[in-house]
Formats: sequence, C-alpha cells, structure tokens
Amino acid sequence: MAHETLSQIFISTLLTNNFVLAMFLGLCPFLGVSGRLNTAFPMGVATTFVMLVASLCAYGLNLLLGYFNLEFLRLISYIVVIASSVQLVEMIMKKYSPALFRALGIYLPLITTNCAVLGVALFQTSREYDLAQSLTFSFGGGAGFTLALVMMASLRERLQLSNVPTLVQGTALSLILAGLLSLTFMGFAGLGGLE
Amino acid sequence: MSLTKPNDDAITFDTFMEGVWRQNPVFVMVLGMCPTLAVTVSAVNAISMGLATAFVLVSSCFLISLIRNLVPKEVRIATYIVIIATFVTLVDYLIQAGSLKLYEALGAFIQLIVVNCIILGRAEAHASKNPPLKSVVNALGMGLGFTIGLFALGGTREILGAGKLFGFSLFGEHFQPWVVMVLPPGGFFVLGGWLLLFSLLRSKSENKEEHRHGA
Repeated sequence: MAHETLSQIFISTLLTNNFVLAMFLGLCPFLGVSGRLNTAFPMGVATTFVMLVASLCAYGLNLLLGYFNLEFLRLISYIVVIASSVQLVEMIMKKYSPALFRALGIYLPLITTNCAVLGVALFQTSREYDLAQSLTFSFGGGAGFTLALVMMASLRERLQLSNVPTLVQGTALSLILAGLLSLTFMGFAGLGGLE
Repeated sequence: MSLTKPNDDAITFDTFMEGVWRQNPVFVMVLGMCPTLAVTVSAVNAISMGLATAFVLVSSCFLISLIRNLVPKEVRIATYIVIIATFVTLVDYLIQAGSLKLYEALGAFIQLIVVNCIILGRAEAHASKNPPLKSVVNALGMGLGFTIGLFALGGTREILGAGKLFGFSLFGEHFQPWVVMVLPPGGFFVLGGWLLLFSLLRSKSENKEEHRHGA
C-alpha cells in the first residue's frame, strides 16, 4: 500500500508530476485541441470525467481479476472499460451540447486512445493505491491535464497575433512552447513534500 | 498517395518505404508521441521501445488483415483494440522475462503501446483494406521508421544530456552534461528541433524545385 496522503497525491499529479508536461501522457489532444481556448477547456473537463470513471472501474476490475487470478487480462479489460465510458460521455454530450460535440469532433472518440486515461488506470494499479487515493490521483491528473491544455491554448491564441517565420510555424513551434512550459513546471519540484 | 489505388494488391518497394521516409510516423505524421518523448532518455531504451512497438504493429496488422472480411464494420475498432492489447500483453510479459532492468526503465510505457495512435491508425488505414503479406510489409516499414525516429531522439538526448551513446562516454571527463536534455523539457525541445530541421530541408528542396522551374 502506498503511503502518500491525499493532498500529496493531488499536488503531485497537478503540478510536480503533471501528466502532460512531466510524464508525457495525453500529448495528442494536448497538441491537437489546444488551438482555441473555448474548445480546450471542455475537452479537459470531458477527459477528467472519463479519467474518474475509468479509475473507478479499473479499481473494481483489478480486485475482481485478482480474485480470479486473471491478472494477464488486465490491459484488455481496462481498454474495453475506457472505450465504453468514452462512448457514454459522447452520448451525454451529443444530447446536452450538440455545438460542443461538433467542435470537439474527432478528438472526442480519440479520448479512448488518450494515453493519460489508460495511464491513470495503469499507474494506480502499479502503485497499489486504495480507492480514495485512486480517485484523488485521477482527479488531480485530469485537473493537471486541463490546466496544461488551457495554458497551452492561451499561449497559442496569443501567438496567432505575433509575427512568426513560416518555417517555424506548426508542430515544431508548439513543441518548443510545450518545452518551455514544462521547464516552468519543473520549478514546482519539491512542492508537497514528495521527491 | 495518388499513385496507389486502395485495391491495388501489388507489393512495391514503396509499400515498405512509405513508413520509413515519406510518411515517417515520428517526423512527418507526428503520431504516437507519448512513448516517443517519455522513453527516449537513452539510445538503448529508444531502440527497445521501437522494436517492441514494431513487433506489436506487424503481428496485429497481420492478424487484422487476415480477418478483415469477417469482422462487421460496426465493431471493427473494438476488435482491433482487443487484438492489439493481446499482443501488447505478450510483449509486456516477454520483456519482463527477458530483461527486468529494461522492464523497469520502460515501466508502464510498454503497456501504453496499446494506445499508440500509429498502430490503430495503420490497422484502420492499411491492414483492414489490404491482403496479409502487403500489410505486413507496410507495417515493417512503419515499425522501422518509428524505431529510426526514436533512435534519432534518444541518441540526441543521450549525447547532449549525458555525453554518452549506448552507455559509452564520448567526450571524456571534462564534458559538462546538459542535464535538462534528459529531463522532460528536453524531450520537447529535441523533437521540436528535429521537426525544424525537417521543415528546413523540405523548404530547401521546394526552393530548388521552384528555381529549376523558373529557369
């Protein structure tokens, strides 16, 4: 059993070990949807929700698989659970906010292949978190993902107004920007009494 | 792209080279970046990750291509994911049995091969439409291209960040390692640098082309 307190886990996943900027999880939506602020935030919230559901299901599944000695099925069952919860979020969003549904487009079903979601499930298993720790971990991870996404989107909106050489435009610039953000987040190291 | 029709069964050299150069997953398509950036702190890690991914890619493309006419269209993505997850579990246990040290270095990123966009992308775009042999050749090319990309990143980061390549010291003891290159920000910077290099090369060759047409 892991010994970290809940607040330590939360601060660590939100800032010091930010999923996107320190652990490189969920980079595809990070670079794909971070063009505009008003799609970046809902995307972060949707991902956070999927993470919470996935974390809860993964915790239950892990107990079940452990009981039947079927640990080798862990990966397959996790991915199936995540795919179904993404489907659920997609249906809810389509019903209550069709405009948002269209804006997120292809990136919504792609939450399934968002490494951050599967990452949450795998890391909480390998670190042997209990239920409260798992949920804090996934909520902190989701909040950290949203934070990184929103910051990146704000930066890129600013960047559209500036004069950038054509050669540097596109993914290369986003990556350098992400590197600078990541460098900034390293300043949080040591916060919360971890590492 | 326009030269090959979707139902063209001939295996050409281009089927293989597509993934290595023209559609390189790392430098051109910029896909599957999570493992690309996370494990490339050294050349050895990068190559092992590339080979593991290539194995999953080739075997799942083969299987998917074999059953491509049996799977109903509605459940194809779910089927692909289960097939990919099976092979990833296999690789996970193989690496664990073969080298525990490597297993600990790569950590959860072996299991995260499941959500590597390259594999699902290839399964959907190529293996589900082409005969087994052709999709295996194409997947081999993609796997090789991915491994080369990872090696380029891992090598650069190891040389700059630790002054070593494959664990051998390159510059003698007076070298001051550029530590940030093996830390997370370095991953972003090095990949950004490689992409810049590629867009520089591309714009140079386009300029040359224009010049030739103008003259």
